[in-house]
Amino acid sequence: MLRIFIHRLLLGIATVAIVSGIIFAAVEALPGDACTAILQRDASGERLANCRRELGLDRPAATRYAEWAFGAVRGDLGISAHNNKPIASLVGDRLKNTLLLAGCSLALGIPLALFLGVLTGLRRDKFSDLALSTIAIFAMTIPEFVTATVLIFVFSIWLGWVPGIVTASASSPLSAFFPGIVLPVIVLTMVMTAHIMRTVRSSVIDVMSSDYVQMASLKGVPYWHIVFRHALPNALLPAINVIALTVGWLLGGVVVVEKVFNYPGLGHYMIDSISDRDLPVVQAIALIVAAAYVGVNLAADLLAMAFNPRLRTLKARSP
Amino acid sequence: MSDGPATLVATTARPSRIASVIREVLSRPSGFIGLFLVIAHVLLALFSPFFAPFDFKAMNANAILSPPDATHWLGTDQLGRDILTRTIMGGRQAILVTAIATPLAVAWGGLLGIYLGLAGGRLDDILMRVVDAFLALPWILKMLLMIVTFGTGIGVLIPTLAFFYGIPVIRIARAATQNIVARDFVLAARARGHSRVSIMRRELFGNVRDALMVEGAMRWSWMLLAFTSLSFLGFGVSPPTPDWGLMIADSRNFMAIAPWPAFAPVIALSSLIIGINLTADALAKALGIDRAQAAVH
Repeated sequence: MLRIFIHRLLLGIATVAIVSGIIFAAVEALPGDACTAILQRDASGERLANCRRELGLDRPAATRYAEWAFGAVRGDLGISAHNNKPIASLVGDRLKNTLLLAGCSLALGIPLALFLGVLTGLRRDKFSDLALSTIAIFAMTIPEFVTATVLIFVFSIWLGWVPGIVTASASSPLSAFFPGIVLPVIVLTMVMTAHIMRTVRSSVIDVMSSDYVQMASLKGVPYWHIVFRHALPNALLPAINVIALTVGWLLGGVVVVEKVFNYPGLGHYMIDSISDRDLPVVQAIALIVAAAYVGVNLAADLLAMAFNPRLRTLKARSP
Repeated sequence: MSDGPATLVATTARPSRIASVIREVLSRPSGFIGLFLVIAHVLLALFSPFFAPFDFKAMNANAILSPPDATHWLGTDQLGRDILTRTIMGGRQAILVTAIATPLAVAWGGLLGIYLGLAGGRLDDILMRVVDAFLALPWILKMLLMIVTFGTGIGVLIPTLAFFYGIPVIRIARAATQNIVARDFVLAARARGHSRVSIMRRELFGNVRDALMVEGAMRWSWMLLAFTSLSFLGFGVSPPTPDWGLMIADSRNFMAIAPWPAFAPVIALSSLIIGINLTADALAKALGIDRAQAAVH
């Protein structure tokens, strides 16, 4: 177990290292750099050269990558080209807001998804399954900005129940985001619930038709006893990995939702930074999101192994 | 199927299989509705310029944000442009770009995935790390970086979408291949001394094809989601070209006084995406593939 843990951890670190290389190379390939962003129209000749020397941008890319990477490991993400503040604090505020958004969605979505997944799995091909599974397809495939627009129209403009836009600034206390956070949470919960529910459903169907469940049923074990004692502990295992994928998606893919509702989170900040060519910030956010994705998936793998001893000996490849 | 000798069945299997898959897709209500929506959208995208009632960029200062009436069936937008015209033409860019990018993504991702699943070894280990690294980055960040660097033309969007959306296909194709490389007929081909290319072509491709078809249908809907989201955010189709994402973004500013410009593009885009997914679902069931196993975006 410890050996597998170390192996997975090293693979995860390798993945993050490759990501950091990709991010650095991609940002390096963009036209312009921090100095053209700072100086804007004055970016030419002597001043540009001076600025680059001051910020160390005239050194070779490999040196700068090493410096950036080691800084990031220590928690120093550099300076924003846009307003000269340390990125760690700028990103920290937004990360906190995104975590609030993601946390609310997960707290609402995971229990709902597990319940609906088990329900539809047990009632396979009955009316309730067909109806819920079809709604799930709608929920997970209609673009977030469409759902958001419809929800804003219905609940904010038409009924006037909740604000359609978040007006709090990035550094506001968390309480300032209520009730504006309600609609973004609903949009995210819908997508997430649909994904997790479908996995749980197919896994419940798998397990319920397996030999040992049939055996228990033939022995005369009561139905609900089979469901809760025999089937669900196995059927819910795949949910761990899907939830991890969803958390990774929540931390990065909420970009559109945050932008639509003007929610001051990490994704919104990422779009603004790309528009402003604030490259150090883009690099930092990309690295944080990728590390979170890898970390959450690693945790899910380990959790799945802890619950399922078979995975420990099978030398299962990373999913 | 007749009870004829096996050789007879084998020679007629190929054309009849495609027909039977299509028949099976159509026999399900989801497949029928889905395929109907997709075909209707594709036809509309192809022929809408010929019967659009107005010029899509003609502005009418006397009819700004006017509600639906006899002249403008779905009303007009904030510049007095006809919404019906812009809606039926608003999917052309999105459908064109994604309909080209999807087969490209499935082709390169599928081929590389099958090869890696067959070959294994050091190359497989290294490339799968890189695949994981790409999958760890949110799609929108990857797309935006490319767009900021190279612009938003069709010439940039098609290869960019094809590249990024081919990466998860590598995983699917590789996993599907690994499921069958240990089977006897592949071992037999190896024992006969067939080359890897020959094994891929003759033994593997036909067995992985079903999974790739379902995957392709899903990639298509995700590409549409990406394309229209980018337009919505202002990084995709540039005005005055009509586009659903752009139309919905424009309509948001006037929603409190004039909600109708949003309705038509919302319904158009949703019906296309739902159509693709219903078709993909019916296709997956017809081919016996568990669609829910696919990863998030």
